Amino acid sequence: MTDQAPKMPRRDFLDTAVRKLPAWLLVFKLLNPAELLGDGDSTDVGNPKYDPTQHDYAMGVNVHKCIGCGRCADACKTENNVPRDPIYFRTWVERYITSTDGETQVDSPNGGINGFPPAQKESGILRTFFVPKLCNHCSKPPCVQVCPVGATFQSRDGVVLVDETYCVGCRYCIQACPYGARYLHPIKKIADKCTFCYHRVVKGHVPACVEVCPTQARVFGEAGQQSSPLRRFLRFNDVTVLKSWLNTKPKVYYAGADGEVR
Amino acid sequence: MITIPKKVLASWSTTDYNLTDFVLNANINIVMRQTRIPKQLIPPIILFAVAAMALIIARQLLVPKTFGKYGFYRAAAVDEIASHKMVYAGYQVCSECHDDILQTKQQGSHKGLACETCHGAAAAHAEAPDQSVPSIPKGRDYCQLCHAYNPSRPTGFPQIIPETHNPGKACITCHNSHSPQLKPEAEECSTCHGGIANQKVVSFHAALPCARCHAVPKEHLLEPRLVKAAKPTTRSLCGECHAVGVDSPSDIPRIDLANHGGNVVCWECHYPHFPEAR
Amino acid sequence: MIDVTRIAAELPNVTGYIYPNEYELHWGILIVVYPYLTGLVAGAFILASLERVFKVKALQPVYRLSLLTAFSFLLVAPLPLLAHLGHPERFSEMFLTPHTESAMAMFGFVYAWYLMVVLLLEIWFDYRRDIVFWANEKRGFVRYVYRFLTFGASDISDAAIRFDDKIGRVITIIGIPSAFLLHGYVGFIFGSVKANPWWSSVLMPIVFLFSAIVSGIAIVLFIYMVSTIFRWKQVNMPCLNKLAELLFYAILVDFSLEALDFIQRLYESEESISILSQMISSRLFISLIISQIILGTLIPLVALAAARFGRIPDEMRRIMYLVAAVLVQVGIFSTRWNVVIGGQLFSKSLRGLTFYKLELFGLEGLLTSGALIVLPFVILFILVKLFSPWDREEVDVKSSKA
Repeated sequence: MTDQAPKMPRRDFLDTAVRKLPAWLLVFKLLNPAELLGDGDSTDVGNPKYDPTQHDYAMGVNVHKCIGCGRCADACKTENNVPRDPIYFRTWVERYITSTDGETQVDSPNGGINGFPPAQKESGILRTFFVPKLCNHCSKPPCVQVCPVGATFQSRDGVVLVDETYCVGCRYCIQACPYGARYLHPIKKIADKCTFCYHRVVKGHVPACVEVCPTQARVFGEAGQQSSPLRRFLRFNDVTVLKSWLNTKPKVYYAGADGEVR
Repeated sequence: MITIPKKVLASWSTTDYNLTDFVLNANINIVMRQTRIPKQLIPPIILFAVAAMALIIARQLLVPKTFGKYGFYRAAAVDEIASHKMVYAGYQVCSECHDDILQTKQQGSHKGLACETCHGAAAAHAEAPDQSVPSIPKGRDYCQLCHAYNPSRPTGFPQIIPETHNPGKACITCHNSHSPQLKPEAEECSTCHGGIANQKVVSFHAALPCARCHAVPKEHLLEPRLVKAAKPTTRSLCGECHAVGVDSPSDIPRIDLANHGGNVVCWECHYPHFPEAR
Repeated sequence: MIDVTRIAAELPNVTGYIYPNEYELHWGILIVVYPYLTGLVAGAFILASLERVFKVKALQPVYRLSLLTAFSFLLVAPLPLLAHLGHPERFSEMFLTPHTESAMAMFGFVYAWYLMVVLLLEIWFDYRRDIVFWANEKRGFVRYVYRFLTFGASDISDAAIRFDDKIGRVITIIGIPSAFLLHGYVGFIFGSVKANPWWSSVLMPIVFLFSAIVSGIAIVLFIYMVSTIFRWKQVNMPCLNKLAELLFYAILVDFSLEALDFIQRLYESEESISILSQMISSRLFISLIISQIILGTLIPLVALAAARFGRIPDEMRRIMYLVAAVLVQVGIFSTRWNVVIGGQLFSKSLRGLTFYKLELFGLEGLLTSGALIVLPFVILFILVKLFSPWDREEVDVKSSKA
């Protein structure tokens, strides 16, 4: 009979527990996605000609100039293939009418796409104007904060986007948006919203709504760029943002937005 | 409390440190040695370990490769969104073939109006000009989206009341959409200031021409926002009709210019376009 | 696709102005059912912990029943969430890439923790001796089920049982804050949404938790009474009285908290008060005033007080307890409805109200929700058959009559 080493189960157990298991745990910890990246073509992303870190997009809206024609809302639906039902909008136009007795009425028939019907009463109007609305691409977006899976995010160039192959459709982001900018796409069953026409801006164009606005009530540009229409807009107008007390730090700046605008 | 046998202590100075031996030989005084781990705890511990391992392995296998690269999202999604096709071409693309129209447009009031606002999305036309031809709005409906009178539009935007403004006639019969001209005659102030004109025409001041009170430089018709018409700067202008003792029709209300209303100009309180409204 | 003409005709149901995207309600009846179910879980578990940790001996007959009830409801609780997702097949993303800033993502782990570490362990340790016993005694297929469930730990010596008992206590002690966390977290998911003035409140997790306790006690009371009567056994009156007493105090606390929230809102009279008052008096009148307050809180309070503290014969008491327990369920379900649906009925522009059209069929329909509420009872029935929670000293009603 060969001389076998005596079995020492306790020794073997501790050997594994103390020497081998930590090593295994270390290996598994390293095997997490963020650290695996950096090699392999499958993880190559980005267009080498476009560096997102050099951009920070924002928009200005001049309420004094908006004529309520609704071309922006219509162009947006065409450009981004948004369902034409009157309950899904990436951008829409609201009409505010303050009467002399102090009451303010707001309406947005089909988002303003077909224009606005005559106001109920013309006499007794104290102030009235149009306000285009859209996703504010906040710097501190509450929608991004509540997304449970990381499907909505702020890109490095300041645009809040939705990953449509990753969104689970829980609709928490739609609840969290204070501005009503999001909707659930009825066919894709994912959350959807204005993207600043990201596919246009990375190629140097402006969003479709800005392109078609007849009075240049919408101004698009870079928050950080020194000589630009947006910088001029921010310098010469008393700008406000919507619901500033919620601390979402929106990047759509309104000039001439009355105190009644919500 | 840990006591270490002398032979182990001695061995440290001569041999390599062996953790296993240390643990086995040390005399560790903890409760575990006296009461053995009950067997019924083993299954739960094993099950939890298995569940945790399963989660870690699943993360390894199932999380998309680009997730987390630039932030808590799938970095490839940005590229996917950026690669959508454009449906609107942008006016610069139009000018590559239609530069003559663009030059014409730059001279008129529609210079800020993009081609595609009226002609619709044209990227497909830019790609294949013969296969996809943009529409041309020729009736009365399309122009009304901007130019039909609506009090909510900003003052100074040219508007007409469609029912009374050449009903039935197409707009392009009289207006060239690429270069619409504003008529420079005096009473055509109502072309842009329709809201004011509508109020004035039913007020006591209906017979007063705009130029009676407002000095309008001719540049105002070309660059309305940059060169504005002036508002009256003195009380004496209104006093030409309304002061006590002047030679004007007797049914005009009179006030004592010296005592009435402090030293502000009249239009700080009164609305001259509709003076009935207080 | 939605019929545009139908929408155009229906839009008049909208009062005032709503943002165009707010026309559709996003969290419907499935999301009402979900906090209702998790509330029952937390409440039933708190009841079990009262017996185990705080030594309320009168609750001994319902201890195991409470645990099994909590377990049945916990199993069904994720189902309405899964059914509601636009892409349920992607649900695993919540565990693989959970966004740590999102309360919803972290809740997945709170749920997993509660299920695995607290509830399953507690039930296993409490039943282990009986499982080993049944593995030996029972015949047929169930014998293998019991043998599997022993997981090899078949030592039922006194020392092992003492250890089971000790660790059961430890787990229950950990379980109490875990149960608080389970349903308080759901409250936090709503309460942390600053965009919504109906939801955004510090009190939301607290109110959710206490209404959970109310509903949990009531459901155990209901299940205990109904199942005991169906088994022709005598109901343990001290236990039932204790349950009624606890339910009474719980409703009192819950009502006080909700009344406090209401009074404070009215007093502060902040911008949203106008549209919220409009909503309560129009859209939510039946579900809030009638169903939640009158039927679900005031009547049970009076009935429980009269039945528990008044001089009433036992038969009458039992009927009043049963009615009160059922009304409480209606009330708590209405509470969830008022929070979830109510929060979406008014526009974030604070200028208008929309409406919720509850479908009958379909995944988001009334029938599906009814099935999801019935399913835990079915599971509980199976569990009770496998893991009998009943006291061996129970008295047969038939024999005592004979």
